[in-house]
Amino acid sequence: MPADAAKAAGLLFLVVVVQLSVMANVDILGGHPNLLLVTLVCVSLLRGAVFGAVAGFSVGLLADTGVFGTLGFTALLLTLAGYWTGRYGETTGRDRAHAPVLSIAVITVLYQISALVLRYMLGEPAPASHILAALAPTVLLNLILTVPVYALTRRLLRPQEWVTREVRLLG
Amino acid sequence: MPRNRVTAVLGSSVPRPRPQPFPSRNRSTLRRRVIVGVLVLLSLVLITVSFRAGSGGPVHSVEGAGATVLRPFEVAAERVARPFRDVYGYFASLVHVQRENSRLKQQVNELRQKELLGQSAQQENRDLRKQLKFVDSPRFPFDYTPVNTRIISWATEFEQQVGIAAGSDSGIKQDTPIVTNDGLVGRVTDVTGSAAQVTLLTDENSAVTALDQTTSATGLVRHGQGQGSLVLDFVRKEANVQEGDVIVTAGKQSKQYPSLFPGGIPIGVVTHVGQSDTALYKQIQIDPYVDFSALDAVTALITHKRTPKAP
Repeated sequence: MPADAAKAAGLLFLVVVVQLSVMANVDILGGHPNLLLVTLVCVSLLRGAVFGAVAGFSVGLLADTGVFGTLGFTALLLTLAGYWTGRYGETTGRDRAHAPVLSIAVITVLYQISALVLRYMLGEPAPASHILAALAPTVLLNLILTVPVYALTRRLLRPQEWVTREVRLLG
Repeated sequence: MPRNRVTAVLGSSVPRPRPQPFPSRNRSTLRRRVIVGVLVLLSLVLITVSFRAGSGGPVHSVEGAGATVLRPFEVAAERVARPFRDVYGYFASLVHVQRENSRLKQQVNELRQKELLGQSAQQENRDLRKQLKFVDSPRFPFDYTPVNTRIISWATEFEQQVGIAAGSDSGIKQDTPIVTNDGLVGRVTDVTGSAAQVTLLTDENSAVTALDQTTSATGLVRHGQGQGSLVLDFVRKEANVQEGDVIVTAGKQSKQYPSLFPGGIPIGVVTHVGQSDTALYKQIQIDPYVDFSALDAVTALITHKRTPKAP
């Protein structure tokens, strides 16, 4: 478990740096890929709700300090994203191949809309039409990122081995 | 063999150890919910404190420390990614190269004409200065020290703000003007020892007094309706502002209305002038010289003078 935490911390720190310095400037068809969210979802799927929530809070806080944003803003969103994805991974999505893709699609939409609502509540600029127009390309870009990121995360954090039911024939 | 004797059981399960569940599943539901609840509560407290504290206090110190830790890694990652971004930019630019080429040719012709006009205007200006014994000379080049730096975080769809890799250690202060070779970029709105936040001219909270270089009509440049567009507001109807006029910062107009920015910094060119019968002022749209979506290196203008505080 501590080894897992160390690996996840190293991976997520690297991803925060790449997200802030490289990915934040990427604009393809109006969409902005969120490597940080994709990686967090993958980690949460593999390690569960509490691990995901703590990881989400930590990297969110780090991202907030990196962009001089409202401290706790990203932390709140990523905590909830990590927790819900982790719960899905622990329950219905535990052995389903489409779980990462489905999680990324749903969480990206929820994340963007939640961020919009939260900004609106804080009285910050929240151009809804712009965000909603960019939602589809952003989801698409995140889904493209999912395949390599999930493969990498899976290599780093080996999933729990699921025992399949075996049948003995005729004694 | 008795008919009711069972010889084998098809499909019976072999007893196996139960699957190893996730570690968090071992914890009670209550404990899991408490942990998440505490994290959410902590986030809400941080948002509240950060929102109320503004640009000072312990929260600001934490942000500064975080930015300082991340900065070397961000710079390194940016350097690694730069060649890839350049290659992408190169191929992306090829798509529009023909249209860009004709536009640039036209721009070169216009600039040649403007240069000729500018040279004659300079001569005329020198003569007029001598005649009228102007006391005020443009002090901008002498009073400001340039600090060249690099962009380390870019504007998002929500906020027209960028981060730069220089802070108070380099002499940058709150409201320090930021420019590029093309023109005015914005001003510093938050600063730590080694980094600073710059609010772009296209932000809805930015405004700068400006004048038309041709007619000397003054107004207020602020963000327009579209992304990255600017308007020149509060220009009286009598002013003869034309399309193609160059708009520059007005600088210090009077002691009563001081400006944060030195005078004469190019802002953009007038693309549309309109007016209605009912409106008090002209409606002037400006195409900014600076491409705010492709900022790379910028220059901070450091002054040792006392600058007015932004409202």
